[in-house]
Amino acid sequence: MLIRLISGDTPRSPILAAILLIILLGLAFAPFVFPGTRSVDTAARICIFIVLVASYDLMLGYAGIVSFAHTMFFGIGAYGVALASIHMGRGFDALVVGSVSGAIAAAVLALVIGLFSLRVRAIFFAMITLAVASAFAVLVSQLSNLTGGEDGLNYQIPRALTAAQRYLEEPFFGVRVNGKLVNYYVVFFGSLIVFLILLRIVNSPFGRVLQAIRENDFRTEAIGYRVVYYRTTATILSAVAASLAGSLFAIWLRYVGPDTTLSFDIMIDILLMVVIGGMGTMYGAMIGATIFVLAQNYLQNLMGAAEEALQSVGVPLLPLFLNPDRWLLWLGILFVLSVYFFPTGVVGRLRRRG
Amino acid sequence: MHDVVLETDNLTARFGGHVAVDHVTCAFRSSELTAIVGPNGAGKTTYFNLISGQVAASEGTVKLDGREITRVTVARRTEMGIGRAFQLTNLFPNLSVLENVRLVVQARRNKGFNLFSMAASHGEITDAAEAALGRVRMQDLAGQTVSELSHGNQRKLEVALLIALDPKVYMFDEPTAGMSVDEAPVVLELIEELKSDATRTILLVEHKMDVIGQLADRIIVLHNGALAADGPPAEVIASDVVQEAYMGKALEDA
Repeated sequence: MLIRLISGDTPRSPILAAILLIILLGLAFAPFVFPGTRSVDTAARICIFIVLVASYDLMLGYAGIVSFAHTMFFGIGAYGVALASIHMGRGFDALVVGSVSGAIAAAVLALVIGLFSLRVRAIFFAMITLAVASAFAVLVSQLSNLTGGEDGLNYQIPRALTAAQRYLEEPFFGVRVNGKLVNYYVVFFGSLIVFLILLRIVNSPFGRVLQAIRENDFRTEAIGYRVVYYRTTATILSAVAASLAGSLFAIWLRYVGPDTTLSFDIMIDILLMVVIGGMGTMYGAMIGATIFVLAQNYLQNLMGAAEEALQSVGVPLLPLFLNPDRWLLWLGILFVLSVYFFPTGVVGRLRRRG
Repeated sequence: MHDVVLETDNLTARFGGHVAVDHVTCAFRSSELTAIVGPNGAGKTTYFNLISGQVAASEGTVKLDGREITRVTVARRTEMGIGRAFQLTNLFPNLSVLENVRLVVQARRNKGFNLFSMAASHGEITDAAEAALGRVRMQDLAGQTVSELSHGNQRKLEVALLIALDPKVYMFDEPTAGMSVDEAPVVLELIEELKSDATRTILLVEHKMDVIGQLADRIIVLHNGALAADGPPAEVIASDVVQEAYMGKALEDA
């Protein structure tokens, strides 16, 4: 049963299995184990980025397609929920309509981009996605009547998902049982379901064809698979999953804006997470997203603490390097080291040992 | 006489000013093994590429079972029954031996767009793949990664993929090149077995005259891209054109 749930794709390494289990349990019980607004927000972001990175890995790691339009699909899902909530009024129906129409729009756009450009060489596809994504981002920031422009959109979600709604008078294990907690579990289970579906897809006969295309597209065609259809389908599935991740993000944040969903910085973050975790292994998305989002949110604190500690001991120069403002430098160093020591990502490395 | 399965009519491939295949008109019948010979650069592999679709014809037509397929995609030609083993090994290097063959069986059974079932749960695909591996005596290597195989075993796997595809037209491009003395007979016996099935048409590009003598029902000779001779082996080998253009060259090479 459990094996079927993860589509027979076992971690194949005891250490990896332990790490994944810790991440899963940590996220499942985050509001109880790590109470506090900031830590729960971090946990929700990890859930959402796991889905976003996993959906990107379906394209990059399994099918070998390089795309720079992934944040566009993420943004479409997020704006779908935002626009529906504004125009239909707050309500669960708006969330569903927004998510579904976002997913459909993402699928259609992915189909068009795929059919037009997946026939050509990989580099052209990458460039076309870059062009379309840039155009989309410009469009969103210019059509401010519709999208709120650079300011983005604030909107209301159902009261049942906000902190204002209290379900129990007394705290449960020290945690207030309110709408925000429910909202977290909507994000958690939504992400879990999408992740398990992606895991199933990569372990299906279709997923095997994608791997074959990545390995040798010429031969895949010669044994009778029409490569362009498979690549396009992979792009569509990936776009839909990214769009659903965007919808969850919009439900969680109650705000969408170009910087939080469409920016090229996020695209680069996704790439880093895929590479750190390990391409072509869905579990790499779990590890990459967890490490990266944690580093993004806590590396500065950690460095601040280290800086103070060193200053109080009186070490010269070194505290300057640990100034929290230099956190990107350290993230860069972490990235270079991880690529150098784990070229196949954390998962690839652990599996080879196991 | 058996039916014509595959025909090429004035089939031509030009690359810029160079004519690689020059108006080749030829028909291939079922239960017939045709060896295609000719010196290096004579256009044998390009002729194969035109038939299986990797190279687009500049002129002329290819017909399968009387239907013109000159503009049909590679994948569709494979579905229609043209199967090809490649001269330079052309496999899925980071997948296992079994997975390589499974991919072919899966294509054959049209399971590629099955998105939500587990690949491992399709036992019938695995069984068929294992059977194909058995035919080239590689069942013990099923779990190995292809990039770790010896060159000879990669060549045999190439043949196993074609067996798993089970096409109407088998196209072998120097199947025994680079194989050790004990590996080659496995493949040659297999081709002989395929030949005994009257529904198959086999095309074989080969340099080794002993192999051709042992297997071929007919030889065609390509020279500078054009069809230079066509007939039963003994006749063609004895003909002047082969003695000059091919055997002479082969002797020089040796």
